[in-house]
Amino acid sequence: MSIPPPSTAPTPQGPPAAVPLTPADAADAARLVSFGLQPKLPPARDADYAALLRRYQEEPPFARVADAVAGGLGLVVLEVSPRAGMAVAAAEDSVFAVRMGEYARRATAETTDRFLHGLAHLAVAALAFPRPADLADDDYLGRITVNGVESFVRHACERLAERAAERGENTDPASEEPGLEAAWRVYVRRSATGATKDARRLAGSTTGIVGKAVAFLADSGFLHRVGDEQGGTYRTTPRYQLQVRELATTAALTELTDLGLVPVSDGSGTLLPGDPDATDLADGAGLPFHR
Amino acid sequence: MPASASASARPAPGPAADEGLARRLRALACTAPLHDLDTRKANLAGEYARYAMAEVALAAIDLVTLAMDFDTGAEQEQVIARLLPRIAAQAPGRPVAEHRRVARWVVDNLINVGSVDRGFRAVYGTFGADGEYTRRDYDFKLIEEVQGPGGAVYLRTTDEAVNVLVGALDTDVTSAQIAAEVKLEVLVNRGRLADAQLAAEQARYRTVQYAETLRRTLDSTRRDVRAVDWLHTVPDMVDEALDHIADRYRHENAILTHIRHARDEAVDSDHKLRAAELVDIVRDCIRRHTQLQSRLLEAGPLFRAEQDRQAFAAPAARAGTDLYGQLLAPLLPTPVAEATRVTDAWFARGTGPRPPGAVRLTDLVEQLLTPPAPREHLGAELPEPDLVATPDDSRFSEAQLESATELLRLPPDAPRRLSGLLADARARDPELPHLIALLAAHAASPPVGTAYRQGERRLLFAVDDGTPLTDQDFGGADLVVGTALLDAAGMAAARTEENR
Repeated sequence: MSIPPPSTAPTPQGPPAAVPLTPADAADAARLVSFGLQPKLPPARDADYAALLRRYQEEPPFARVADAVAGGLGLVVLEVSPRAGMAVAAAEDSVFAVRMGEYARRATAETTDRFLHGLAHLAVAALAFPRPADLADDDYLGRITVNGVESFVRHACERLAERAAERGENTDPASEEPGLEAAWRVYVRRSATGATKDARRLAGSTTGIVGKAVAFLADSGFLHRVGDEQGGTYRTTPRYQLQVRELATTAALTELTDLGLVPVSDGSGTLLPGDPDATDLADGAGLPFHR
Repeated sequence: MPASASASARPAPGPAADEGLARRLRALACTAPLHDLDTRKANLAGEYARYAMAEVALAAIDLVTLAMDFDTGAEQEQVIARLLPRIAAQAPGRPVAEHRRVARWVVDNLINVGSVDRGFRAVYGTFGADGEYTRRDYDFKLIEEVQGPGGAVYLRTTDEAVNVLVGALDTDVTSAQIAAEVKLEVLVNRGRLADAQLAAEQARYRTVQYAETLRRTLDSTRRDVRAVDWLHTVPDMVDEALDHIADRYRHENAILTHIRHARDEAVDSDHKLRAAELVDIVRDCIRRHTQLQSRLLEAGPLFRAEQDRQAFAAPAARAGTDLYGQLLAPLLPTPVAEATRVTDAWFARGTGPRPPGAVRLTDLVEQLLTPPAPREHLGAELPEPDLVATPDDSRFSEAQLESATELLRLPPDAPRRLSGLLADARARDPELPHLIALLAAHAASPPVGTAYRQGERRLLFAVDDGTPLTDQDFGGADLVVGTALLDAAGMAAARTEENR
């Protein structure tokens, strides 16, 4: 990676400190931001990184320069702390933002694929932080499995299908308007898994889509792989919690409200610990909660 | 009196066991007057069945005990007056005069006014050291009258009444921990160590359970102070647990002293071992109690720290987002075109920053023109292992073994005595007789199974026919050493049969 050195880092107000900041300080600030762009590097592992973080916390002028560098690059600073490091996120239309088309090529052409990939990311977060308090608790570490996420969403969709059947609704979409098909039907329609020649996960199956999302999040330093059980077991990192809490949730809720859906919550959460004897859950799915 | 309880079918146990029984019989006797009240109330003229006399009696004893100080006791009239509300509650419809009569009757009976010495007597029996059964009288009082200053008569509860009716009965009889401890102490006192060990282990499980409850409470406190009732439940629990530990600590130290004594005194090695194990278990119990205590002492500061942390932490609008209930669940029934807008927004803001690749044209050209590195099919070269020859520390050399084997290759029809073989060997090599003796001793238990499996044709064997060996170096039996021929073909057939 290469970060253009911000030789003319903007310093909005002159620092009140007696010692004015030099270009070397600006370089340090840019270096801190570049550390922040390596999300898999824990601050405890790198002495330079830890020293720069300390400087950010102890010297407000330096912190302002670092913030400005990040802002100029199109990054949003979520948190700067020893546990999360310099947690930065890409601002909208930033060069650092990931585009759906780059993430999954098929998603550009196929709207259903586009939806499923996005849904997978949302579902991973929903299971990683099942209760509202988990998202708010800085010390909470979520734990998810690929198969668990897949069967959880499938279960939720199948319940919607059952309810629709009970009401005698015809949920089949009109052929000329595929966009009006209910979202859960898209998921149910897609097979959970499939055989492949090389014994790898079928990329187009829902398990494959969830697996891709999880692998991508792990690569972004948002999840940490802890085992191979249940298609891959992962735990969350503080950065993921920050990203979900500070940015993703707000953005998605805004969109949902724009659609006229105003979800109300009393803050207690709707997911309850699952009944271990429940027979309608996928065998060994490792579901922590179900509705 | 249940004096017959001690005269059970089992043979007279030692005086130590009887002592515990006698103590409990005496304690039991102290409760008898209370039960008696309820039995005898039927004999009173009038409708007294609805009064719970034992309850009134216990209340009276409590009142007297509370009113006692070092000099005086309780005034009888005052006690009766204070009992009236309770008695009235038991029979609201009855006249106050009757209530007063009941109160007076109960107090009088607790004093046992009718008897000469104003006390009670119970009879129980014990076995003496010589195995003889002796009946004994136990005289006791519950409430006694004492002379107060100015000549007035006051009531005081006796030690018996306080110990049994106020103290001992005030026990959580359902407490498994207390029961386990008492059982243990009793068992140890009676020398029943096997049962004592079981009881000690159970006591330890209870201790661990206790610690576990506390740990869970503290964990939920760390998560959310409001999830735990720190106003009443937890402080009560912590106090209770601290009292409990103090109590158990004293108890277990006493047990430890007892068992150590038992361990050192025990003659039976089995008892000694069990007592030693028990000492370990009780030590572990004490260690766990100490641990629990230090955790309990931390509980208060932890709560205050967590309260500060959680109360002053930004309450944050973020706290309420229920990802499933507020996002995923409402999303699924919506038309996919609309739902995609939401998932797109999630994806755009929910993924981490990806640094875009920035390449210079020169780097790109160089990279594209670089031939791919040849793949190492065979992997890295293995380093030559640095081997060190181990010194040959065999007792006998190969040549000696060769020589001994040759000597022992006896014809099947001519077994030989070990003494002869030793003499032959000694002629060849002074070291050889030792090897021959070893091989012969080994042949006394020939490896028949191995020979059978491997299809051997010959097998060296040695038999002791009772002749003693007379040799300058070796002693024992003068073995007959011979060679047995084995039926290799038959064995092979049998093996095939087995494998089938």
